[in-house]
Amino acid sequence: MALIDFRDETAGYGGTAILEGITLRIEPGEKVAVVGESGAGKSTLLRLAYERCRNGAALVPQELGLVQSLTVFHNVYMGRLHRHSTWRNLRNLVRPAPAEVREVGAVLSQLRLEDKLFAAVGELSGGQQQRTAVGRALYHPGEILIADEPVSAVDEHQAREILETMNGEKRTVVLAMHDRALAIAFADRLVGLRNGRIVLDEPAAGMKPDDLDHLYRPAG
Amino acid sequence: MASLREASPLARTTLAFVAVALVCALFADLAVTTVNPYQELVRLLAGVVTPDFYATDNLGSALAYTLAFALLGVAFGNVLGFGLALLFFSRIVRTGCAFVRAIHELFWALIFLQIFGLSPLTGILAIGIPYAGIIAKVYAEILEEADPAPLRAVPLGSGLISTFLFARLPDAWAHFRTYSMYRLECGLRSSAVLGFVGLPTLGFHLESSFSQGRYSEVSALLILFYVVIASMRLWMRKPLLPVWLVAAAAILPWGLTVSAANMLRFFTHDIVPYPLRAPGGDTLAALGDWLHLMLFEQALPGAAATIQLTMVALVATGVLTMFFFPLVSPLLLGRWARGAGHVFLVVVRSTPEYILAFVLLQLWGPSMLPAIVALSLHNGAIIGHLIGRFTETVKLRPDASRGIDRYVYEVSPRIYRPMMALLFYRWEVILRETAILGILGIATLGFYVDSAFADLRFDRALFLILITAMLNICVDAISRAIRARLRLQTTLKHR
Repeated sequence: MALIDFRDETAGYGGTAILEGITLRIEPGEKVAVVGESGAGKSTLLRLAYERCRNGAALVPQELGLVQSLTVFHNVYMGRLHRHSTWRNLRNLVRPAPAEVREVGAVLSQLRLEDKLFAAVGELSGGQQQRTAVGRALYHPGEILIADEPVSAVDEHQAREILETMNGEKRTVVLAMHDRALAIAFADRLVGLRNGRIVLDEPAAGMKPDDLDHLYRPAG
Repeated sequence: MASLREASPLARTTLAFVAVALVCALFADLAVTTVNPYQELVRLLAGVVTPDFYATDNLGSALAYTLAFALLGVAFGNVLGFGLALLFFSRIVRTGCAFVRAIHELFWALIFLQIFGLSPLTGILAIGIPYAGIIAKVYAEILEEADPAPLRAVPLGSGLISTFLFARLPDAWAHFRTYSMYRLECGLRSSAVLGFVGLPTLGFHLESSFSQGRYSEVSALLILFYVVIASMRLWMRKPLLPVWLVAAAAILPWGLTVSAANMLRFFTHDIVPYPLRAPGGDTLAALGDWLHLMLFEQALPGAAATIQLTMVALVATGVLTMFFFPLVSPLLLGRWARGAGHVFLVVVRSTPEYILAFVLLQLWGPSMLPAIVALSLHNGAIIGHLIGRFTETVKLRPDASRGIDRYVYEVSPRIYRPMMALLFYRWEVILRETAILGILGIATLGFYVDSAFADLRFDRALFLILITAMLNICVDAISRAIRARLRLQTTLKHR
């Protein structure tokens, strides 16, 4: 059964449509990259996808959604807030349990962030904050990952490492990416948006960044 | 011919308030009635420079009780206020909080004195109850203004409590802590003032030292009080909080028994309007007479004087602020002058307005003058400090004018809106303080409340307190409407 099945969907904020006539099916196991210029509707499409995954997708929103005054450990732990009892959550808030510290530490070492385990997120650099948000999504037990520009604040080498980890850890991955080369390298299917409509939906294999030019060229 | 320029809404509002204040001042009694006020002032100043820390054995205990009531009262208000902030979506809770904070802690103390006598509960609840109302509102606003992004990133199906604890509370917590420190400073002032109605805090000793003209003792008491407030950030540390709370609870005299019968009588008998519980006769007519007397001979004259004094004090506060903020503004004064300015403003704003008014009343005799001066000095120092701090963030171009030109052209226009926002925010606070100054003998509502308590007519006292609370809620609503219309905003930090 498809994880996401949009048929002629329209979405937007307060009456103005941002997405129009969207028809999109995503099956388990797919690695999809949504591409397009800023304002094309990538974030809205991802938000819609997240809302429809009722059985719980892991999410990396563009604004990250981190709690600035909590530590990296706590922010990553929040990925499993729904799996634990309130008491256990409370206990981990006040004094992190060794078992959870080990698990979170393992996630963070994949992201080369293990030395910041107990640093407050507010004191981290932009790239470290982004990796914390990715860590939270990886720690989330869901099989589907929806990530909006998850590597925009890290260098390319690190971006490749992170995307590889994401592809390895999660069965289905839906990304929004502005970097065309990375999108082609790490997705097996590209969905191109322009002015709120899907204008491209093809396998990524064999594509070159220049093939996506028409998504970005000025209209007319 | 039409004028070249329409006055801005803010300027028109300012002019209207100044006009109202001038009319109020015209009818106000501003006489100095003491025979030789300046001789007394000289004696007072002599006392100020010769503090005597050994004059009384009670200095230590007065300070300890002041701290204990403040700590326990603010802690109680904090816990209750936090709980209420979580329920602030409920209209009943919001209204209830507005009501309890509209009644000044001294009025609460007068009420609780009848119920619990001199038991520590009186002081703790007198501070804790109105503070809970204030804290609930501020905490609810902090929670509301918190970043909503973490909430959206919480996994579906996380419990309500876990979500709140992880995604909402942590970022608000830092604001709660800062605000609690500010509240504790207010609590120390409130606690000191509770001495004037009989609790064993600083105010109690201040009043007796004053009435006997022992100004060196007064000076010592006040200096200790300033030191406690100024050093708050040194001794108020998180790990020490439980120690202070336990110590505070331990030193208070809990032995005094509270009579349940007394309590019951207060609620079921004492506060019921007299005609309703008086035997026989025409109850309805008697109640009419009672209401007539209360309204026309007490509530209305009291309310009129309260409003009159409030308006004059509010505008005087604004005028003083314009003089006070340059004292601490890096745009206008050099480092050394600013240092002196800071000391001056700290002393003036740390002195509870009630104590300032009390001092001035001793010097000048009973009229509205001491109250106006005390209220505008205290509030002008508070707002002046905040505005001075605000000017630290203002960047002037390198070739900006200097001196008076700079004050008039560069600085004043920039600070005017935030200053007006703070003044309107403070309006309701000034009203509450004005009412309470009645206890010192100025004929505001507090005067009638105090007299009613002195005559043991609790029904009258409570009726007048309710009138005072309603007046407060009205002024708060008007202030909010004006702030909304003029788009005046205060940031969280400046509450």
